[in-house]
Amino acid sequence: MRRLSITRREALTDLWLAGPATLVMVLFIFLPVAIVAVLSFTDYQFGAPSFAWIGLENYSKLFGSTLGRRAISNTLIYVAIVIPVSVGLGLAVALGLHRMMAWAPWLSQLLRTIYFLPVAATLVAMSVAWQMVLHPSLGVVNQTLAALGGTPQDWLSDRGLVLYTLAAIGIWQAVGYNMVLFLAGLVAIPPELYDAAEVDGAGHGWSRFWTVTWPMLGPTTLFVMVVTATNAFRVFETVATLTRGGPAFASDTLVYALYREGFIYFKAGYASAITMVFFAFLLILTLAQFRIVEKKVHYR
Amino acid sequence: MTRSPVLELRGLSRRYGQTTVLNDIDVTIPEGSFTALLGASGCGKSTTLRIMAGLDRPSEGEVLLSGKDVSQKTTHQRNIAMVFQSYALYPHLTVFQNMALPLTMRHLSSLGRMPFVGAVAPGSSKARNLIAEKVGAAAEVLGLTDLLHRKPSSLSGGQKQRVALGRAMVRDPVLFLLDEPLSNLDARLRVKMRAELVALHRRTGRPFVYVTHDQSEAMAMADQIVVMIGGKVAQAGAPRDLYDRPASRDVATFIGHNAINLFQPADGMPGLHPAADEAVIGLRPEHLSPAATGALEANLETAEYLGSEIILALRSERGTEIRAIAPGDYAIPAPGSPVRLGFEPTRLHLFDEQTGKRLEVAS
Amino acid sequence: MIRSFISRAWSTLFLVAGAAVILLPFLWMLSLAFKPRDEIFSADIQLLPSRIEWSNFVVALTETDVPLFLWNGFVVVAGILAFQILFAVPCSYALAQRRFKGRTFVFGMVLAALLVPFHVTAIPIFLGFAKVGILNSYGALILPFVPTAFGIFLFRQFFSQLPSDLFDAARVDGLSETAIVWRIAFPLAMPAATAFAIFSVTAHWNDLFWPLIATTDPHLATPPRGILYFRDEESGDDVGPLMAGAVIITAPLVLAFLLAQRKFTQGLAAGGLKG
Repeated sequence: MRRLSITRREALTDLWLAGPATLVMVLFIFLPVAIVAVLSFTDYQFGAPSFAWIGLENYSKLFGSTLGRRAISNTLIYVAIVIPVSVGLGLAVALGLHRMMAWAPWLSQLLRTIYFLPVAATLVAMSVAWQMVLHPSLGVVNQTLAALGGTPQDWLSDRGLVLYTLAAIGIWQAVGYNMVLFLAGLVAIPPELYDAAEVDGAGHGWSRFWTVTWPMLGPTTLFVMVVTATNAFRVFETVATLTRGGPAFASDTLVYALYREGFIYFKAGYASAITMVFFAFLLILTLAQFRIVEKKVHYR
Repeated sequence: MTRSPVLELRGLSRRYGQTTVLNDIDVTIPEGSFTALLGASGCGKSTTLRIMAGLDRPSEGEVLLSGKDVSQKTTHQRNIAMVFQSYALYPHLTVFQNMALPLTMRHLSSLGRMPFVGAVAPGSSKARNLIAEKVGAAAEVLGLTDLLHRKPSSLSGGQKQRVALGRAMVRDPVLFLLDEPLSNLDARLRVKMRAELVALHRRTGRPFVYVTHDQSEAMAMADQIVVMIGGKVAQAGAPRDLYDRPASRDVATFIGHNAINLFQPADGMPGLHPAADEAVIGLRPEHLSPAATGALEANLETAEYLGSEIILALRSERGTEIRAIAPGDYAIPAPGSPVRLGFEPTRLHLFDEQTGKRLEVAS
Repeated sequence: MIRSFISRAWSTLFLVAGAAVILLPFLWMLSLAFKPRDEIFSADIQLLPSRIEWSNFVVALTETDVPLFLWNGFVVVAGILAFQILFAVPCSYALAQRRFKGRTFVFGMVLAALLVPFHVTAIPIFLGFAKVGILNSYGALILPFVPTAFGIFLFRQFFSQLPSDLFDAARVDGLSETAIVWRIAFPLAMPAATAFAIFSVTAHWNDLFWPLIATTDPHLATPPRGILYFRDEESGDDVGPLMAGAVIITAPLVLAFLLAQRKFTQGLAAGGLKG
């Protein structure tokens, strides 16, 4: 066997180390993205022998039809509810637990564990549990409402209510995650700043919050908002488990529509267009996130 | 006495893109020698060492090991050991495992190196005993026997240093390369380790190549010093040669505890040497001291009393700064007083004004 | 003094009430899983069962496919993690500690891949798998997740903080680059590997989207997919065993989280970078 020159061998080593990962990235990420972009301009149906180029028709169908617009607006409403509420609650819980650390560390620790539980728990199984909690007759929510003299609601089958119910479950899941990110931000605030605020007469309550805590948490807050938004945009598990987009598409979202059109009705072309729109929303958000992370680094 | 060369670098250059780090250097490492590569940071000494090791490749030139070209061989194939400035101990392995790793790679087949399976692989128990024996012996020499089961994070700087040496020793390499191995130790430990390194060098009988920026370290340990300046070998020779006959103005400036006095022709010091108006003259402060009949006269500016000696800073009539050393019992005159200074003419160094090269002129 | 006491009381009240809401579905799930059948279908509010009823768990574990779902979940999650590490670690090491042509390009690809959510690639991967005929297999559930830009990114960050002397020392000691990756670099990267493993295992144990697409065979169902099969079959009368099944499926990760809270929080928070 002829011995390879050392530069040759080094190059082969690099190929051996970095090549496989690069290859699977191309195969399972970049190639599919290219294909989905191309498919979105066709009327391809899964299993069909051929397809035709139909230009932007899939997109105009998505943006022009009631159903398509429904999926987009539902997703945007869902995101618009989940972001402010889960970020606000996450911040409030983090502030409370952070202060509680000073006088009841064990309780603070216990509550933090509880708030984080939904992040680790299997969302589909928890959705099944939520279904029972919200059950029209057997659920604890309606039973409590009835006992208090209120009107029981069809939380998951009332067209006007279902999207808000799903948003509430989304918030339930996101608060703990946001709390952890905020707690990390709170710990990073240098204590000298609070001493300085104390000296300047802004050491208590709201003035302390507005002069020190809130400005110092600014970058964290932006970051948390974008992370929450990217997660909210992908809402799928709760929809698929609890409503399947219904009733009458009242809780249809982009990812669920993608799934339904692509994998139940096998309309690969149309589903690809939905995918591209979903991708565009997320790209904008993720690029914003990168900008923020970068800023956060310079800030320090 | 001619010792056969173990390692030779011939016409070696190294460029990274546009920057030339090493420019046509020749270095010879004789059998059993202790060579110091001495230079300021960025002079190319570490690159030279890495090329010797095979961790870096020259852009031009040859690396010969025992007369054979080894440019196509890896460090391990060259059987060269290297001790790193940061020691580079594997944090997740014990001292024993750190020292045994090079042997494991050599004596055990890839099957024998595997966990669990390795224990039953053919020939592995014999090899394992051999490894344990060699590591044990090296640990004994370095006083590490009690530390073999510790992780590096629990060791002191000096102990880590010894483990790094031990890892180099166990495999009985043809050449030891040491990259500023003492620079992370405190001053007291450094002096102690110098002696240990010299003893280790004697014991192994192998050539050592030692990179340092500290000339006193190089002077104290090496029998050959290669002074590198700006990617070139400025001078190679015994410590005494470097001090007594520096090959250039730059080497003269670099070597020596006290900064050498360099008098330019424009400084007008005709009392020094007949050639003083055409060459640069170097004279070390320790060779220039107050003498009633001295050839030079200058005004005293400051005097630093150091106990055994006194460092004098003076200024000549034409404003040239002069440094001289007086014995500790010298009566210091008032600042501004004229002082006569004397010297041995053989202690003068003459350098070409343009090239900075040493001029051999009978004095 | 009194003011601070009152504000503490208020904030504690708020925090405990919030925690109660968070716990509500967990408690209701446990309560239903332990309730006897007649109590489940009673219209009175009754959070605690009158007696602990283990039969729901017995039914879930012996008469349904829940144990199979757990096994499938284990195989898929372990397979994904093993392949992800096998591919990502050598690549990250090369990106961090070696200089080669195209290094910047490959790293650029990693950053670009970070921007692509899995949902975007689902249709073409489904079409490709259908063509090759490997839908409805463990392979179909594992393969799409083998490339992990996030993993490469995480490990690369870790490796580039390690001193290059360490790897030079290993080369001097005679280790091949492959041996350096697995004997030196990977053991040192254990903190990063733990964070990554937690992120990966949680994400794929809980994933519903891809298993719903790639498999139609109930015998290949991962836990979330399986619990849906279970729910759709029982159609309302076997709530007890269904809840017991949900408890069993949620338990592994929740228990792991309770035992290693700090590591979990770190691992999942690191995932925020990827989103």
